[in-house]
Amino acid sequence: MKYFPLIWAALWRKKTRTIFTLLSIIIAFLLFGMLQGVNAAFKQGVDNANVNRLVVTSRISLTEALPIAQMQQIESVAGVATVAHATWFGAYYQDPKNFIFAVPVDIDRYLKAVPEIQAAPEAIDALRHTRDGILVGLVAAKKYGWKIGDRVPLHSTIWTRKADGQSDWNFEVVGYYDFNGDKNQTDAALFNFDYFDEARAFRRGTVGWWVVSLKDPNQSAEVAGAIDKLFLNSADETKTQSEKEFAQSFLKQFGDINFIVKAILFAVFFTLLFLTGNTMMQSVRERIPELAVLKTLGYSDLGVLTLVLVESVLLCLLAAALGLGAAELLFPLLKSVVGEVRLPGSVLVAGTVVALILAVATGLPPAWRAKRLNIVDALAGR
Amino acid sequence: MSEAIVSLRNVVKRYQRGKQVVEVLHALNLEIARGEFVALMGPSGSGKTTLLNLIGGLDRATSGEVIVAGERIDQLSSGGLAKWRARHVGFVFQFYNLMPMLTAERNVELPLLLTSLNGAQRKKNVAAALAVVGLADRARHKPAELSGGQAQRVAIARALVADPTLLVCDEPTGDLDRKTADEILHLLQTLNRDHGKTIVMVTHDPKAAEYASRQLHVDKGALVQGEQLAGAAH
Ligand SMILES: Nc1ncnc2c1ncn2[C@@H]1O[C@H](COP(=O)(O)OP(=O)(O)O)[C@@H](O)[C@H]1O
Ligand SMILES: [Mg+2]
Repeated sequence: MKYFPLIWAALWRKKTRTIFTLLSIIIAFLLFGMLQGVNAAFKQGVDNANVNRLVVTSRISLTEALPIAQMQQIESVAGVATVAHATWFGAYYQDPKNFIFAVPVDIDRYLKAVPEIQAAPEAIDALRHTRDGILVGLVAAKKYGWKIGDRVPLHSTIWTRKADGQSDWNFEVVGYYDFNGDKNQTDAALFNFDYFDEARAFRRGTVGWWVVSLKDPNQSAEVAGAIDKLFLNSADETKTQSEKEFAQSFLKQFGDINFIVKAILFAVFFTLLFLTGNTMMQSVRERIPELAVLKTLGYSDLGVLTLVLVESVLLCLLAAALGLGAAELLFPLLKSVVGEVRLPGSVLVAGTVVALILAVATGLPPAWRAKRLNIVDALAGR
Repeated sequence: MSEAIVSLRNVVKRYQRGKQVVEVLHALNLEIARGEFVALMGPSGSGKTTLLNLIGGLDRATSGEVIVAGERIDQLSSGGLAKWRARHVGFVFQFYNLMPMLTAERNVELPLLLTSLNGAQRKKNVAAALAVVGLADRARHKPAELSGGQAQRVAIARALVADPTLLVCDEPTGDLDRKTADEILHLLQTLNRDHGKTIVMVTHDPKAAEYASRQLHVDKGALVQGEQLAGAAH
């Protein structure tokens, strides 16, 4: 590109101004990358949710317990294949920042309802026969270096033990499991509900939520309606959602993340549009005589338009690349928020598109002005 | 009689100023032959720059024929005119009009970017043009690091580098002291005599006009009886 030195020099005509503009665009794209990354990671969780499953929670709130007696009633609903249950245990290992999604389950029911779980038959068998056994997810096992036979204490932020009033629960690692390679699902562990239910100090005979697999995913709405109808006007009314809806409403607890992200980014880019647009316009205004000289030398109107537009594209793409690159580097630091994910490629693509739109939106008005510029008037300073 | 490079017939130029129409050039006729060095003189506001801009294809006549370098340039589209300028005209201005952020050689290279020459050929031609104006050793300097005379030499090199048919200069020494002005005029004269460049130069300095082979006087938008010089230096 033989015009590159000309465009590059024009870009750096006012160094300080260009650096500040560049910095503000870089920061905007860093923000874009991080926020959209968080958003995309959450959405990915929702998208990965199984449509073939329903989650039944208390109508009152996610954290309200449900009586175990509901199981047989739910099982009797037409269209239901299996019913399993899980309970929020709120565990961490040694330090509150080592949160682990450990849940007490009836392992045979749970495996049937959640076939994504892959564990060696010996491991499952060992869990069946070890009362205080625990099956640990691959990520958790690796993170804490747990081996089969290790005794692992987990601290529950909710449940105390009947025997000693303590919140520390001891488990014996009996095996590992994977979840179709999804690393976000295996910073987790499964242990026996029977052991948990007997040992806990309160609310015995309840579960946190039901996991219901369907015979036919097309029937999910009917089955969900039937389950909720079953418990209508009882002491424990339910709310049945598809796993996807459940994931979404779980996220809603933190507010509408998607909306917040979009609103912040809209504000940032709206401001940036004016800031960069103004800078580009000012920079072209200062260069009117120079652009006129290019035209006298035989540069066409369209050629001059292109030079200015490419300058703006160069500025925006350069800044976007730096900003998104920084986001890519920093994104793993958000592991505690979004789990083990890399910045999704879709965010980088979207960022590039936004950069191009920004470049054209801010570059076109001054480029158009440069194109329209009348040589004689410009040279005479009119 | 030698071949006409510039030929203006009944050229009228009017400007619209709000509601008012100002006629700057009135049915002007002019012929300039290949190899001439013409000085356009006249009082300020008489229409010299306007006339020069018509000859150089920077502006369009309101009516009349403008034939330069064998082309009816009054009939070219704006794109066609840009191409024509690139091919046929080199411009030199009073205030040099160099790109401040580019080095001398990059400034001189600008017209060549529009040609099909490759990088090496461009470099060679730029070096040759800078050598002609005596600035080979300032190639890497930016305009701010050059004196007025040196900057004007760079501008002349830029005007020359694509080997145009015609050099068009609007008060090229208007911003220079006497001594530097004489050096620049001498350079233009050399370009005319030794390199055969046809030059049209606007000036209001009679001493500058003496370097030309012919002086034309513009007054109130018309040519007043041209004075043929035998060429003082011949
Ligand atoms: N674009 C224009 N619009 C209006 N008036 C113009 C324009 N260009 C030149 N003029 C007028 O035409 C006259 C001649 O201008 P010009 O050719 O620049 O004179 P000179 O170069 O001889 O000083 C002046 O009165 C000037 O104000
Ligand atoms: Mg003038």
